[in-house]
Amino acid sequence: MSAARVGVVTFPGTLDDQDAARAVRLAGAEAVPLWHADHDLKGVDAVFLPGGFSYGDYLRCGAISRFSPLMTELIPAARSGLPVLGTCNGFQILCEAHLLPGALTRNEGLHYICRDQRIRVESTRTAWTADFADGQEIVLPIKHGEGRYVADAETLAALESEGRVVFRYAGGNPNGSLNDIAGITNEAGNVVGLMPHPEHAVEDLTGAPSVDGRHFFTSILKRLVNA
Amino acid sequence: MARVIVDVMLKPEILDPQGQAIARALPRLGFAGVSGVRQGKRFELELDGPADEAALSDVRKMAETLLANTVIEDFTIRVEG
Repeated sequence: MSAARVGVVTFPGTLDDQDAARAVRLAGAEAVPLWHADHDLKGVDAVFLPGGFSYGDYLRCGAISRFSPLMTELIPAARSGLPVLGTCNGFQILCEAHLLPGALTRNEGLHYICRDQRIRVESTRTAWTADFADGQEIVLPIKHGEGRYVADAETLAALESEGRVVFRYAGGNPNGSLNDIAGITNEAGNVVGLMPHPEHAVEDLTGAPSVDGRHFFTSILKRLVNA
Repeated sequence: MARVIVDVMLKPEILDPQGQAIARALPRLGFAGVSGVRQGKRFELELDGPADEAALSDVRKMAETLLANTVIEDFTIRVEG
């Protein structure tokens, strides 16, 4: 059987694509580089939108990337069920693309935050979190200046009642996110966005605070194998 | 040719920590009497033609599509002249 193929998108200003590709390979999948200017998803089985400062964060984080040629292919594919994970800037892009509701705004304290953060897994029903346990606490690096999740009251209530809050900050809210939200999913559970960085927590060798990030990749691989 | 101004502001209910930081800085610099600051963005669009109804309708679409994120921001459009 051929390995699952997970696309890793690179925009101008993306930083974490190499770590993301490495995490995909460590999990036993093939990492397929996807370029922002191509109208081509290369037939991948899932897509990882990594963090960084795509298009220099000009206008708003993710506002320009959202209209890139690759995204015009990715948006309908995600709506049709293609599994997509966006971390940090990838989460911001997913919100700007309206694949996920709400928006990420400037951290409450204005500081750029770079630290290891405890996160509680609130939903294991998504394509990317099935390998966690509900309520499990994990530790992942966070590094962002605009990670304060906001949405109107109606959207927040819907996210909560439908179990679409996937991750919540534990042991203190670093950025003022509403309801301590660190990550959410769409109605179908195939699109997940979060501010923390699973791709930076897959190997002891790199000084990562944990290897909890591995479960994102084992989750999606199991999903693809069983699909 | 016409110039159209699009002002984009965070919605009133969205926290604006940058505006708050500016508000806190003012008294330190000796400026009194400001009870609040909200920070926004101003776009100046130079149109090829006149700012007629069709052009302003296009500008509205530009604002909704790209210039503002209407999930968190409001915008206003006016013709400078």
